[in-house]
Amino acid sequence: MRASFVFSEVVTGLRRNITMTIAMIITTAISLFLLGGGLLVVRMIDNTQELYQDKVEVSVYLTNDVSANDKGCTADPCKGLRSSLESDPAVEEVVFENRDQAFERFKRIFEAQPELVKLARPEALPASFRVKLVNPDRPEVITQVYGGKAGIDTITDQSEFLDRFFNALNGVRNGTFFIAGIMAIAALLLISNTVQLSAFTRKTEVGIMRLVGATRWYTQLPFLLEAVVTGVVGALVAIGMLVMGKVAFADDVLADPIQAGVVKSVDASDIALVSPILLLIAVVISAITGYVTLRLYVRT
Amino acid sequence: MIRLEQVSKVYKTSTRPALENVSVEIDKGEFVFLIGPSGSGKSTFLRLLLREEVPSKGRVYVANFDVARMARRRVPRLRQSIGCVFQDFRLLANKTVAENVAFALEVIGKPRHTIKKVVPEVLELVGLEGKAERMPHELSGGEQQRVAIARAFVNRPLMLLADEPTGNLDPDTSQDIMLLLERINRTGTTVLMATHDHSIVDSMRRRVVELDLGRVLRDDARGVYGVGR
Repeated sequence: MRASFVFSEVVTGLRRNITMTIAMIITTAISLFLLGGGLLVVRMIDNTQELYQDKVEVSVYLTNDVSANDKGCTADPCKGLRSSLESDPAVEEVVFENRDQAFERFKRIFEAQPELVKLARPEALPASFRVKLVNPDRPEVITQVYGGKAGIDTITDQSEFLDRFFNALNGVRNGTFFIAGIMAIAALLLISNTVQLSAFTRKTEVGIMRLVGATRWYTQLPFLLEAVVTGVVGALVAIGMLVMGKVAFADDVLADPIQAGVVKSVDASDIALVSPILLLIAVVISAITGYVTLRLYVRT
Repeated sequence: MIRLEQVSKVYKTSTRPALENVSVEIDKGEFVFLIGPSGSGKSTFLRLLLREEVPSKGRVYVANFDVARMARRRVPRLRQSIGCVFQDFRLLANKTVAENVAFALEVIGKPRHTIKKVVPEVLELVGLEGKAERMPHELSGGEQQRVAIARAFVNRPLMLLADEPTGNLDPDTSQDIMLLLERINRTGTTVLMATHDHSIVDSMRRRVVELDLGRVLRDDARGVYGVGR
């Protein structure tokens, strides 16, 4: 196999169908960009979930009666609850927060809105146990065991809020994958079309090749490589778009929440992780499409 | 070299067979004309030898290949031992004369130094020395056919199939092409030429196989095109 010959055939073929080649690169790039974006969102969800893992707490709010009368948690039912929480194997740490401490924290959180702080009274805030779990994924162990016990008003767990947050991110991811899928179909059809066009414009060449006894690899490899080359170029463009998207958009728009530690940023290593996946997908898909097209439409 | 044993070929789209019970044997080094009107089966005959088609019945042997039954992946080997020339030359318009000839070797993976050596040799053989860098459209019809013959012969095939090679050429040029084919035949290459050209067949006095409606009408060792035609 003469590599230089096959290579020059590929270059000629791509140049001859330059408009189709460009269209193919663009659609491939957009489809892979969206796919890559989706994968990055997945990475981001993972990273952010990790970030929240050790922060997830279950708050066990105590009844008004307990909140008002037992500021030090020295009597039952508060005392009993505390010791049983502390001895629970699912619990890592228990912190008691009385009404005044809760009010202090409230003031700290809403510093920026003094009107709100002015309106609030300590009596409106319940005392609570802030429970850190050994396994933050399973807050229901607390809800199930302690729900309805004397002295307990309500039990809330932050994972409910986080679930909603991650659901939103998952929605973004699914949407991106969906559009990526549609674009991928367009890209596939274009690849198939270009291979056919390419084979058609080179009918004479292929005819002569077959006649003088060129093997199927020689006659078809140039077309296959054309598809693969455009696929790879498309993937490279997509990776470039991801880097640009990170620098120009994600880093900028998400700067505040990232600073505040609310979400985890997408960093270069994430893109480095996704890039080879995109390249691999591009190569495999374009090669398969090219091969199938040649099998179906081009006589050998 | 070439042997057809009771070969029939029926195309799916046609009721009448393109070839019917044809048996022909051609030895190594022979020069044979295949004649007959359009639709007599000449092209089918040639296509069977190249395994562009498979016979509906009978067997086809070319060199040592059992053409109808050989595995598909061996077909390139068969075709490498056969050179082909056509009425319409089939040159690549965007390649020079030398590149057109070299193409036939490049696509079967011949090393570059071989190509560099044999292309000028074969161009000299067909009388195109000095025109290696011309483009096909700069050449006359006769010269283009010489390029096509050079391309067919450059890999030194065992046989040369020519399908109406003079069909697009004037009589004088046709005569030159025939001289060239004769010269190639003298190197020991079997030449099988399908043609309509009476004067060429009559003047060469070579073996003539005439087909009509897919059957062998006659097979004369030193024939003419036909009486009263």
